[in-house]
Amino acid sequence: MVKKLTLAVLAAISTMALGDINVGVSLSATGPAASLGIPEKNTIALLPTTIGGQKVNYIVLDDATDPTAATKNIKKLISENKVDVMIGSTTTPNSLAMMDVAVDNETPLISMAGSAIVVEPMDGKRQWVFKTAQNDAHMATALVQHMTDRNIQSVAFIGFADAYGEGWYKEFAKIAEARKLKIVGSERFQRNDTSVTGQILKIMAAKPDAILIGGAGTPAALPQKALKEKGYKGLIYQTHGVANNDFLRVGGKDVEGAFLPVGPMVVAAQLANDNPVKKSALEYVTKYEAAHGKGSVSSFGGHAWDAGVLLQNAIPQALKKAQPGTREFRKALRDALEGSKNLAGAHGIFNMTPNDHQGFDQRARVMVTIENNTWKLLK
Amino acid sequence: MDLQIFLLLGQDGITNGAIYALLALALVLVFAVTRVIFIPQGEFVAYGALTLASLQAGKVPGTVWLLLALGITVAVLDGVKLLREGRYAKLPPLLIFNVGVPLIAAAGLFALPPTQLPLAAQVAVSMLLVVPLGPMIYRVAYQPLAGASVLVLLIVSVAVHVALIGLGLLFFGAEGSRTPPFTDLSFELAEAPLQGQTILVVVASALLIIGLYFFFERTIYGKALRATAMNRTGARLMGIPPVLAGKLCFTLAAAIGAFSGILIAPITTIYYDSGFLIGLKGFVGAIIGGLASYPVAALGAILVGLLESYSSFYASAFKEVIVFTLIIPVLLWRSLTSHHVEEEEE
Repeated sequence: MVKKLTLAVLAAISTMALGDINVGVSLSATGPAASLGIPEKNTIALLPTTIGGQKVNYIVLDDATDPTAATKNIKKLISENKVDVMIGSTTTPNSLAMMDVAVDNETPLISMAGSAIVVEPMDGKRQWVFKTAQNDAHMATALVQHMTDRNIQSVAFIGFADAYGEGWYKEFAKIAEARKLKIVGSERFQRNDTSVTGQILKIMAAKPDAILIGGAGTPAALPQKALKEKGYKGLIYQTHGVANNDFLRVGGKDVEGAFLPVGPMVVAAQLANDNPVKKSALEYVTKYEAAHGKGSVSSFGGHAWDAGVLLQNAIPQALKKAQPGTREFRKALRDALEGSKNLAGAHGIFNMTPNDHQGFDQRARVMVTIENNTWKLLK
Repeated sequence: MDLQIFLLLGQDGITNGAIYALLALALVLVFAVTRVIFIPQGEFVAYGALTLASLQAGKVPGTVWLLLALGITVAVLDGVKLLREGRYAKLPPLLIFNVGVPLIAAAGLFALPPTQLPLAAQVAVSMLLVVPLGPMIYRVAYQPLAGASVLVLLIVSVAVHVALIGLGLLFFGAEGSRTPPFTDLSFELAEAPLQGQTILVVVASALLIIGLYFFFERTIYGKALRATAMNRTGARLMGIPPVLAGKLCFTLAAAIGAFSGILIAPITTIYYDSGFLIGLKGFVGAIIGGLASYPVAALGAILVGLLESYSSFYASAFKEVIVFTLIIPVLLWRSLTSHHVEEEEE
């Protein structure tokens, strides 16, 4: 009797939830990637709660920048919350960890991580994975282009001693070699280091024309401050990982003149009016700043916003084919995501293909410099 | 490597080493007196630096709320006990220290904007906000377990550390902060530039170490701490309350930590979780001193700083590996040369 009753109650609950679309979100709001995860989390709260006439529930969990926790989160979201699609995670290792679970349960996964290995090489598994952040290679190409335009012959690299730094070094070295740019030094530092004097002295001894700092957020200010203090006169490049206002606050006058590639969203207001990204980028910036204050927007939140942009396009198409909460709906959603064409997000224009689940082109990056403690678009 | 690079690296190593030395001393002190391996030592560094940074940014630092919450907890815990025992005379000082002072600090921060205060006053306010956390944490987390084994105390330390890191993220956010330098002076030494701030760190650390020496040698409280460290039961029989000794050494440890944080905040960017690694390197120094000898711990910490600096030049990717691997030969050497004394089970 009790068993029957429980079953009846369970059945009632599951039919009630059937109408809603459940979006599972796992991101790194604490731990080493917290400065990326927090704006993403804030952005999820700005996403629309009804899409295609259906109510959308976002269930947000924190994975503390830990791949094990990310796996646990996605398992929980799939088995308990019966999510139709997953957004996550902030970092590459966490996204890779979530991928296997997503594939086993045939749930589409939209990652916000930087490295291309999340969606490349395209195989059976990665069919279910999409990615909103620019591949590192996108950014590195723009960077190397800028260096060769300035007639730079030799360059040294100093980056994080983790996946971010290694990933950047690999991409950068590959492209630099193809363009006959000589890499004369490669050093590593920890995000938490209190001093990089040793690395800086070694790099400067090699006398490079330019130095690339492969770090994200405020820790990337430390090498540039040390370079200025030791009197380095060459060009200094940063990566798009530093594009938030805290970097400018901590770096102060020492980071003036640095060059970096960023998503167009960072300088949305400075874009030419005919730029196809300007309208969609400004929409996000305005929404975020209305909720969190002027100057609070960072490029990382834009990746979460773009996940929302993809869903707003794909969900109405999938709804025509199946009911939310079913296997068919998830399959239809995956197909619709793969079919995203000319879709303007905060960071660029998505053109997904079966082989490219990132979908950005050169419109998804611009070179900027730091002038008067703010980002300035290079024309 | 030419002489200039050699000097610059040495200068960098000694600056960091001076901070590690201060933390190593605090760790040795806390362990000797209370047998607590004080993992959260580093958190005081981060709290000190970030509290100062938030004051300078014109924000009310979150440490105020932690101070109030802990203060009230302590007042309730001790107040109930005092009431039961009928020792009413002790109530007013308890309330003033644990509730009154944090309340005045909070009110003061809201009443007058801290950005207009001179730097010295900002430093003093930061210290006032962070240092009382030391004895309060001792009262709440360690005092009820004061007789437990070293392992249990270590587990408590890990818990306190994790809690403080989480609160740090909540209070100060994920991004780091820097404070403006105390001095813009800079010198030339054998063609190597020498920043005034670096000298300040070394001199201040040296002065603090000398100050600690006189505290332990010349004052009654210092002597009481030394007595407790040598023989807990004996000291108790001589009328030194273990609770007083515990609170005193946690106050000192918190003060040393917060002061170190304020010293290095202008040189480097401090994050809510920076303290752990800095504290851990101090711990390597303390291990070299066998968690017992102050001068050896301080020298060991300087060695850690130098090793770190030179290895960052030669093999930057393996810097941490090299620094922490230092523990293995040190432990080997210590276990071969010293007699191992089993801890008495109580």
